[in-house]
Amino acid sequence: MSIHSSGSRSNNSILEVSLSRSGSKARPVRYGSKGADSEGLSMSQRELRDEDARLVYINDPGKTNETFEFGGNSIRTSKYSVLTFIPRNLFEQFHRVAYVYFLIIAILNQLPQLAVFGRGVSILPLTFVLFVTAVKDVYEDWRRHKSDRVENNRLASVLVDGKFEEKKWRDVRVGEVIRIKANEPIPCDIVLLSTSDPTGVAYVQTINLDGESNLKTRYAKQETHGKEGFGGVIKCEKPNRNIYGFLANMEVDGKKLSLGSSNIVLRGCELKNTSLAIGVAVYCGSETKAMLNSSGAPSKRSRLETRMNFEIIWLSFFLVALCTVTSVCAAVWLKRHKDELNLLPYYRKLDFSEEGEVENYKYYGWGLEILFTFLMSVIVFQVMIPISLYISMELVRVGQAYFMIRDNRMYDEETKSRFQCRALNINEDLGQIKYVFSDKTGTLTQNKMEFQCASIWGVDYNSTKDNMEGEQVEHSVEVDGKVIRPKMKVKVNPELLQLSRSGLQNVEGKRIHDFFLALATCNTIVPLLVDTPDPDVKLIDYQGESPDEQALAYAAAAYGFMLIERTSGHIILDIHGERQKFNVLGLHEFDSDRKRMSVILGYPDSSVKVFVKGADTSMLNVIDKSFNMDLVRATEAHLHSYSSMGLRTLVIGTRDLNASEFEKWHSAFEAASTAVFGRAALLRRVSSIVESSLSVLGASAIEDKLQQGVPESIESLRIAGIKVWVLTGDKQETAISIGYSSKLLTSRMTQIIINSKTRESCRKSLEDALVMSKKLLSSSGVANDAGGSSDATPVALIIDGTSLVHILDSELEEQLFQLASRCSVVLCCRVAPLQKAGIVALVKNRTSDMTLAIGDGANDVSMIQMADVGVGISGQEGRQAVMASDFAMGQFRFLVPLLLIHGHWNYQRLGYMILYNFYRNAVLVLVLFWYVLFTAFTLTTAINEWSTTLYSIIYSSLPTIIVGILDKDLGRRTLLKYPQLYGAGQRHEAYNKKLFVWTMLDTLWQSLVIFWAPLFAYWSSTVDVASIGDLWTFGVVILVNLHLAMDVIRWYWLTHVVIWGSIVATFISVMIIDAIPNLPGYWAFFHVAGTGLFWLLLLGIVIAALLPRLVVKFVYQYYFPNDIQICREAEKIGYERVVESGQIEMLPISDNPPR
Amino acid sequence: MATSTAGSSDPSTTRRQSKKPKYSKFTQQELPACKPILTPRAVISAFLIVTIVFVPIGVASLIASHDVVEIIDRYDAECIPSNVTDKVAYIQTPGEKPCKRELHVEKRMKSPIYVYYQLDNFYQNHRRYVKSRNDDQLRDSGKANSVSGCEPEDDANGMPIVPCGLIAWSLFNDTYSFSRNSNNLTVNKKGISWKSDREHKFGSDVFPKNFQNGSIIGGGHLDVNIPLSEQEDLIVWMRTAALPTFRKLYGKIEVDLEKGDVIQVNLGNNYNTYSFSGKKKLVLSTTSWLGGKNDFLGIAYLTVGGLSFFLVLAFTIIYLIKPRQLGDPSYLSWNRNPGGH
Repeated sequence: MSIHSSGSRSNNSILEVSLSRSGSKARPVRYGSKGADSEGLSMSQRELRDEDARLVYINDPGKTNETFEFGGNSIRTSKYSVLTFIPRNLFEQFHRVAYVYFLIIAILNQLPQLAVFGRGVSILPLTFVLFVTAVKDVYEDWRRHKSDRVENNRLASVLVDGKFEEKKWRDVRVGEVIRIKANEPIPCDIVLLSTSDPTGVAYVQTINLDGESNLKTRYAKQETHGKEGFGGVIKCEKPNRNIYGFLANMEVDGKKLSLGSSNIVLRGCELKNTSLAIGVAVYCGSETKAMLNSSGAPSKRSRLETRMNFEIIWLSFFLVALCTVTSVCAAVWLKRHKDELNLLPYYRKLDFSEEGEVENYKYYGWGLEILFTFLMSVIVFQVMIPISLYISMELVRVGQAYFMIRDNRMYDEETKSRFQCRALNINEDLGQIKYVFSDKTGTLTQNKMEFQCASIWGVDYNSTKDNMEGEQVEHSVEVDGKVIRPKMKVKVNPELLQLSRSGLQNVEGKRIHDFFLALATCNTIVPLLVDTPDPDVKLIDYQGESPDEQALAYAAAAYGFMLIERTSGHIILDIHGERQKFNVLGLHEFDSDRKRMSVILGYPDSSVKVFVKGADTSMLNVIDKSFNMDLVRATEAHLHSYSSMGLRTLVIGTRDLNASEFEKWHSAFEAASTAVFGRAALLRRVSSIVESSLSVLGASAIEDKLQQGVPESIESLRIAGIKVWVLTGDKQETAISIGYSSKLLTSRMTQIIINSKTRESCRKSLEDALVMSKKLLSSSGVANDAGGSSDATPVALIIDGTSLVHILDSELEEQLFQLASRCSVVLCCRVAPLQKAGIVALVKNRTSDMTLAIGDGANDVSMIQMADVGVGISGQEGRQAVMASDFAMGQFRFLVPLLLIHGHWNYQRLGYMILYNFYRNAVLVLVLFWYVLFTAFTLTTAINEWSTTLYSIIYSSLPTIIVGILDKDLGRRTLLKYPQLYGAGQRHEAYNKKLFVWTMLDTLWQSLVIFWAPLFAYWSSTVDVASIGDLWTFGVVILVNLHLAMDVIRWYWLTHVVIWGSIVATFISVMIIDAIPNLPGYWAFFHVAGTGLFWLLLLGIVIAALLPRLVVKFVYQYYFPNDIQICREAEKIGYERVVESGQIEMLPISDNPPR
Repeated sequence: MATSTAGSSDPSTTRRQSKKPKYSKFTQQELPACKPILTPRAVISAFLIVTIVFVPIGVASLIASHDVVEIIDRYDAECIPSNVTDKVAYIQTPGEKPCKRELHVEKRMKSPIYVYYQLDNFYQNHRRYVKSRNDDQLRDSGKANSVSGCEPEDDANGMPIVPCGLIAWSLFNDTYSFSRNSNNLTVNKKGISWKSDREHKFGSDVFPKNFQNGSIIGGGHLDVNIPLSEQEDLIVWMRTAALPTFRKLYGKIEVDLEKGDVIQVNLGNNYNTYSFSGKKKLVLSTTSWLGGKNDFLGIAYLTVGGLSFFLVLAFTIIYLIKPRQLGDPSYLSWNRNPGGH
């Protein structure tokens, strides 16, 4: 039962994640452009209610804004104005728990009964952090103000009184008609009214909005297109953040038209390839969809911080214990001296200053006094909870992020993209990853498709294998005296090229002709002419939604079928120099349910043909197999061999449509495409009329090349003890072949393939697999969890999406997990986006191991958000994955430096930093506490109150931050050479309970030495509070800084500056404080520094306190060295050895030379 | 994130061109660095240095401490006449309460001989007490009225008290005079306080006012004609002691005392420690470069020095018996047992 319930819960949480991440009030934002249209249409099934609508009178901004004042077009990304800065900034800052803690302590201290510190002193730390944060906020906001100003002052061309006039963007109002020229940005969300294109098409680039670089088509309604005067009313939904949906209708000349997302152009887009577009503003300024979508980076909490919070709870228990001890002792003391208190010279309870009355002075009864003592001790010992640690950690992470972003090794030359740190608070999680879930396409591979093979009518034209060099044929055509060339060159098979040139003379040529015709037309490619330096040569650039389509179109062009022009009505092809025009009678776009697309072409001789292109599974269902069984078999065999080479395959089919068939389809198509409601579903139904009983033309195979360095990276990750799982939507054969080529799978591995159609067979194959994997592992002896270097036969699990449907969210999950955890590699193929998240959840919910998901496409978003760390590849498929990710980078191989180098460093640095900060604060608190025991438990602090406060601001804060940012336990090379070193993070070696306890014991010893040595030395002497306080101040400060110095592994000049500088700064601060005559401790330091005893004590304290630590550290490092220690020695000594012998270390492949 | 992209397309595209991080040793985290490691040689020599430094210092401290001659005489009980049963009442009665004590010099004491009084179980560091003063008032004659923080000894009879507060109010007022063989030994009470206090902390134009005029007297009186900067007993007293057992300088005897001398002390027993069973002691002590008589520092230094000498021996022996090759890759865990794990 429990398994079952947890399974279903995980499913819910997936859904919740994907919804809630996209914003609290938003409806589910669709990730990905495909199918967006259908959603927009299905939404129109809801009637737009009047109260949910906004009315926009075209070209009548006065009337539009009459009843409701719609927002102007000026945008404000800045948060504050001069007036609102202080209250708003304070409000925002106090959202942090740390600041609230500071505030509560400061307020407590303001009560006269509890005033431990002076007013100013108690507020200082809070004001300090508030001030620093405020300065940072001011700077950021000032930059935003500046960019807002630039933005708001751009010029737009707006229709005023029948003429277009220049207007600043901020003055644009809803209802105004705006003219946009080519390559101009869109000032606000506009509904297209008219474009320069005769059919009313406008192309827009949405790269700023969703990062997809290809052009999107938008349409002006025929009813408004090309007209001179503009009038009418648009009723549209209230502003929302769904950038893929728009729900509206328009009344023009008494006709009611429905508008969808294809009619709106959003702010942030740019008009391309269209010389002019005219539209009416419907959403302005902050109400535009782009602005509504401006959400910050996702926030996650790191594992280390979660563990740290646990220890902080312990520390707070300890704090309460200290306070309790103090107040109980105080209670006993008060009780025992009850009778003396009245006149005790140092207590004097009685107050005679009022004439004739004897009152108690500042004495509120025994009970209250105890309570006050308790609260006061909370104030005095407040730093026990290292609140400043949270602030330091933020600073350190910013520093670490700076270095990660600046790392040349993670800069992608090709896409010119730097590493991006989108989440600032999980840097250290990168050092503890145990599972990597990777997408395949675009992540392991380049997602740059290259046409490789074609099987036409049962004949395999394998272009590259016989001729590895590949002949890059450049096909060009001349149009109007200008040479047009495709932008991309494609390797061609000479035989096929020859055949394709032969034209329609024989049957074979005809088939080939049809095949390439299908490739060139059955797509949604928009050809773009690009100028080259040579005025006579133009490049033709195929813009399309999927790289597969582009590859096919380029391939067709290379074989002489060049797509020259596409409008919504016709396609112009250049077929071997002969220009031909085909009418596009209908087009059924690709959708993920059908997994195919079709185009209906009207030939010049008025015959009609339908071409269908789609995934093999979906195509084989609609192929008329009875027609030519051998052909289908041959094609299937080719498909199988292609996909086992790791190629992506598509099947192409065709059919002639006779007049009646065409009419039947045409009327249904017309009816469906003008339907107001449920258009998508209707169109899908219509498509089945033509997409049936097709004959096979052939199949195409496209290679998706592996990214650079993928096999080496995977090898490194595996040695590092990270399990790499690949989750892909591809076919099993493709997945396995990519697995081999990326070295994920090796011939040594035993493959377990689960490929079942029903739940029962799943259960059975899982059980068999479990038994088998057990046998394999036990026969070779040792259980293998370290990964790579083991004698056991590694097991690879290959499972497909259909089986996962039955397994995920059922009681079989547990078995799958058991099995998967025994396997060194898991490959999941044919998985849906939500299943990817389900698999991540499978691991995440069952282990405490850290998971990382890496992907590039919209289909990886759910997985990226589910994993502990999400990495987005900023590649070809748009920015959805990047937007959802915590870290973004250009190439899969950057994962190695990210995890093995930066992750390792970040984890080691922060782990040490947390421990050190615990120690640093606790040692001061303990020294204060010991002294309290000698002040009749009244919380006097010998250490000057200013010093107590400055302790965590000046005396010791900077070194730990700088060391946390800069220190490196090992060099880059060593970390890459021995990926096994990454295991330290997985085993929590830099921060764990044992280390915490040891650190606290060390803290206790050090505080005892600091406190008791001066106490014994000065017992029954003339020493005053301020002098001994100064001694303790220096003792603590020098000690904590030397302690840090002892643990620093690499000394940079900056490290020297901050550590020694802190000690110097402490001396200067204490001198300044002791030079203020108004303070009771005036001149104490200068007096006590003149005595030899002071300096001898200081020396003794430091040496005696650090002695045990040094001994333990040395014994551990020398006699029980861990891997990191050995490598560190090897780095130091080995390096010298290499230099002596003149050998040069071999560089690992993934370690690129800097620069 | 779309905020920035929504509008500022131009700057972002220009940035795109120059996006490659500039190479510098700093950004690539390849700054030259010194990487010390704890080699046995370094550790052993460090401990050896500690030994060499600490042992002599310890010996010197012990010698210094032994050279200090100290005479301590507890007198709080003895100075109450045997017929008195209520000690508190006795000490609170006004008038002289003389007491005679004899001190025997066991060892030659070279001048200057410091005269201290030592109080035990007196919490001069009590929170209520240390705060009960007003430093502005002590410095500045114009600020006689600023008595904040001095309660309950801020005003008396409606007038502000100078110096106010519990510390001044509880001023120690036992007096000592010494004679050797019925020759008076002068006690120099000049310069017993810190020079910095006299010059900057206590005003030379601030005179005691309305002091010890309240209903209960806490301790000594002050001469209203002498400015605070010259009231050295007060200045010494107001340097509040850090610990509940403390000494305060009373004066200096500037002649040598010979071995066997008997010092007569005429004591004015006025200060009330009886109500909280505090002890009062009179201390005559010479001084060394280290201060008073205290063996702690010497013993501590010898202990640490000895310990580190022991560690030097231990590490040397272990190092000779079982050395480890530093940085030997064969010690790496994955090389040690290639069977995995």
